[in-house]
Amino acid sequence: MVTHGAERSISLADTPPRRVATTDPRQTRMTETTAASRTETAGPLRSIRPPAFDSARPARSADELAGAAAKIAVSDLNFFYGANQALHDIKLAIPERCVTAFIGPSGCGKSTFLRCLNRMNDMIDDARVEGEILLDGESLRGPRVDVVELRKRVGMVFQKSNPFPKSIFENIAYGPRVAGERNKARLYEIAERCLQHAALWDEVKDRLEDSALALSGGQQQRLCIARALATDPEVLLMDEPASALDPASTARIEDLIFELKDKYTIVIVTHNMQQAARVSDQTAFFFQGVLVEAGATNEIFTNPAKKQTEDYITGRFG
Amino acid sequence: MSVLPTTGVPTTGPQRSITTPHSAGNRLGERIIRRLLRTCAIVSVLTTIGIVAVLLSESLKFFGEVSVFEFLTGAQWTPLFSPPHFGVLPLVCGTMLVTGGAILIAGPIGLGTAIYLSEYAPPVVREIIKPVLEVLAGIPSVVYGVVAVTTVSPIVQRLFGSESIFNALSASIVVGFMILPMIVSLSEDVLRSVPRDLRSAAYALGATKLDVTTRVVVPAALSGIVAAVLLAISRAIGETMAVTLAAGATPNLTLNPLESVQTMTAYIVQVSKGDTPTGSIEYRTIFAVGLTLFCITMSLNIIAQWVLKRMREQYE
Amino acid sequence: MSDTPRKRSLETGRRYPGSTLFGLLCGTATVLCVTALVGLLATVVAEGAPWLSTTLLTSFSSRKPELAGILGSLMGSLWLISITTLICVPIGVGAAIYLEEYAANSWWKRLVQLNIANLAGVPSIVYGILGLGLFVRTLGLGRSVLAGALTLALVVLPIVILAAQEALRAVPPSIRQASYALGATRWQTVWRQVLPAALPGVMTGVILAIARALGEAAPLVAVGAATYVAFVPYSVHDEFSALPLQIFDWASRPQEEFHGLASAAILVLLVVLVMLNAGAVYVRLKYGRRIKW
Repeated sequence: MVTHGAERSISLADTPPRRVATTDPRQTRMTETTAASRTETAGPLRSIRPPAFDSARPARSADELAGAAAKIAVSDLNFFYGANQALHDIKLAIPERCVTAFIGPSGCGKSTFLRCLNRMNDMIDDARVEGEILLDGESLRGPRVDVVELRKRVGMVFQKSNPFPKSIFENIAYGPRVAGERNKARLYEIAERCLQHAALWDEVKDRLEDSALALSGGQQQRLCIARALATDPEVLLMDEPASALDPASTARIEDLIFELKDKYTIVIVTHNMQQAARVSDQTAFFFQGVLVEAGATNEIFTNPAKKQTEDYITGRFG
Repeated sequence: MSVLPTTGVPTTGPQRSITTPHSAGNRLGERIIRRLLRTCAIVSVLTTIGIVAVLLSESLKFFGEVSVFEFLTGAQWTPLFSPPHFGVLPLVCGTMLVTGGAILIAGPIGLGTAIYLSEYAPPVVREIIKPVLEVLAGIPSVVYGVVAVTTVSPIVQRLFGSESIFNALSASIVVGFMILPMIVSLSEDVLRSVPRDLRSAAYALGATKLDVTTRVVVPAALSGIVAAVLLAISRAIGETMAVTLAAGATPNLTLNPLESVQTMTAYIVQVSKGDTPTGSIEYRTIFAVGLTLFCITMSLNIIAQWVLKRMREQYE
Repeated sequence: MSDTPRKRSLETGRRYPGSTLFGLLCGTATVLCVTALVGLLATVVAEGAPWLSTTLLTSFSSRKPELAGILGSLMGSLWLISITTLICVPIGVGAAIYLEEYAANSWWKRLVQLNIANLAGVPSIVYGILGLGLFVRTLGLGRSVLAGALTLALVVLPIVILAAQEALRAVPPSIRQASYALGATRWQTVWRQVLPAALPGVMTGVILAIARALGEAAPLVAVGAATYVAFVPYSVHDEFSALPLQIFDWASRPQEEFHGLASAAILVLLVVLVMLNAGAVYVRLKYGRRIKW
């Protein structure tokens, strides 16, 4: 039974009494949920509660999304782990310089799909992909595609922060280094720029040579984001980047995502629907390997076209 | 924010392409490295092929002169006398005598130690015993041989009145202690891999430690313990220096542990030490004996690994 | 349950002698293991200590026990383990990297893996026969240092591969993924991230393999190494002896004096082994603990 995430969409500030009274086992996540939703403002109670959008964080409207170029275009994507089909006929356009969120219950294929976008699934022995993924109109899966170059352009941040067991500086410098940059001064320049971009510079500028493992969990994750920025990517894939973090660190990561979208195309997988609502412009809902619905976040959360989406968002299953 | 750029990559100058002018994986260096590493792995396969090829090629020549039947059933091994006899049974018998004795010594002590370490010992004791076993395992075979000659054999001679300083029993004792660490560490691993729940269930029914250990834990780990003993037997059969020094050089079809015997390995050493000309039948005997040795130990290893694999599947 | 149960006390005063006895027996077995080690070391020290002298370290072997030393064989051993290390470490670590980082999980990988596990169980004397047939005779290397070192390298190769594989496996996959996601190639990932992280484990395995090579006598006997040399090997093509061979030779002589010499040589061998193992422990403590995942 997959439970997480579902309750969160309706756990707004004015509803706790009902939640406390219930004996539904899913409610055990309440403290966490309440904490995560602390930045929300209460809205009117409706059958589907629209997430409260932060006025300081305007999401792109449906029109804007329609006008944006598709940075990544996916068509008829099927994905197999051995004999099991994990993704079925996915069709999706990911607009440039927008945040696209993938939501859905665990095991719905959203992370698998994300990993198709920089071909990290190549490393799984019996994985097989069919269909077309275009990055700026170029196929990701053509015979002459250089996966290494692809991954420099499509960066990735993982669910669990995974800094290298080296210094903070070496972590950032790794990407440019493997790309051939040897000039130390230039590497420091990149490190400073990326750390500033990842809102970590002020915290670590005096200890760039310290081990990255000495940083707190939230700092480590921002370091991983900074590290991903150092290869000068165009797309940033984030696989539940805040799921292992405390609410304060989560908020910082979300702020960061919001700032980064001016420059980068961001795709974020999350099981936290409020997070999707807070940071994304476009939302895609996956269920059992199928892309059920995708559209402007505002639309999906206020007026979903499919019953399944509505049920998931309102916490009827998940 | 309202005006979104529709194309292009503003952060970097020229449009980057993910396709390469050549075919994918054009990185020559990467390909060369992969080849090199693969070659390293192939060396291990070549080693096995080399062992089999060398043993077979000379053995085939040997069996051209001596029938396989005589080799396997003959009760006399006197290749250096005339007329020579090439019956491997005395050597096999010597090997089995030493190995059997070693297992009789190492089996109970090893299993007892393993049970003590996994079921009884406080962590502090484990921390002390483990390195002791590692040191025992790390001591070279020839050292055990010297201890057999200088200490164990005289004691055995005095206690049991063996006529020869060389006897199978002292070889068994030193080989027993050589394979002891192997039995302990392998069986302790399988004992500890028995799920804690199983123990808890038995204790919750009011079982004593004896009941839990002998009726729950050991039976559950039995196949692993059997595998450990098989691997130890294989090791004892292949053991060379200690056995050569302790058991002597008399091919002897006997089951009396107080007599001097010659094992297969000791025979190979004996011939190698002398200057046997290449191509002579004596030279070829070591390949035939080596092949026998290889086949026996290999089968034991494969059976043991198969047993271990099955046991692992059972608990995973 | 209608009627009241019989009153039972938890303080039965009962003992379980069987259980206690069993525990004692197992404990005794453990004590025996320790006794064996202590006894073995005590014997060697008692026999060998009187024969420890500078003569032992500075002279070659001799027919007269009081003049005999281990200079030739000790130097032969050092030659052997140096060349063995040079051969087996790159091949062993390379094979481990191939199996852990490159090879897909195919029948071929499983075959290689099974093969290595089996090689680890092949008696060392069989490697000696391989060395005799292949290196000494077929390749015509003679009874040289090189032939001996190649043979020993094959003996310890499975140990190096298995230890290195274990060390590589202990490096968390997240490190590899992070590296790949930053556009590193496979080799860049292995060379810059995985191997440095696995290095303490690899080094420990290598040191243990060297220790094993140092103590091996059987394959060298089969290869036909001399038990008496009156010179220090000058090149890889020279004949050689080795410390364990010298010990074997002395121990197989009937005179008591040579048994004492053998024990003294064992003490030297054990000192070198202890130093190697201390090195392994040092590596483990110094570098192993620093990286916490």
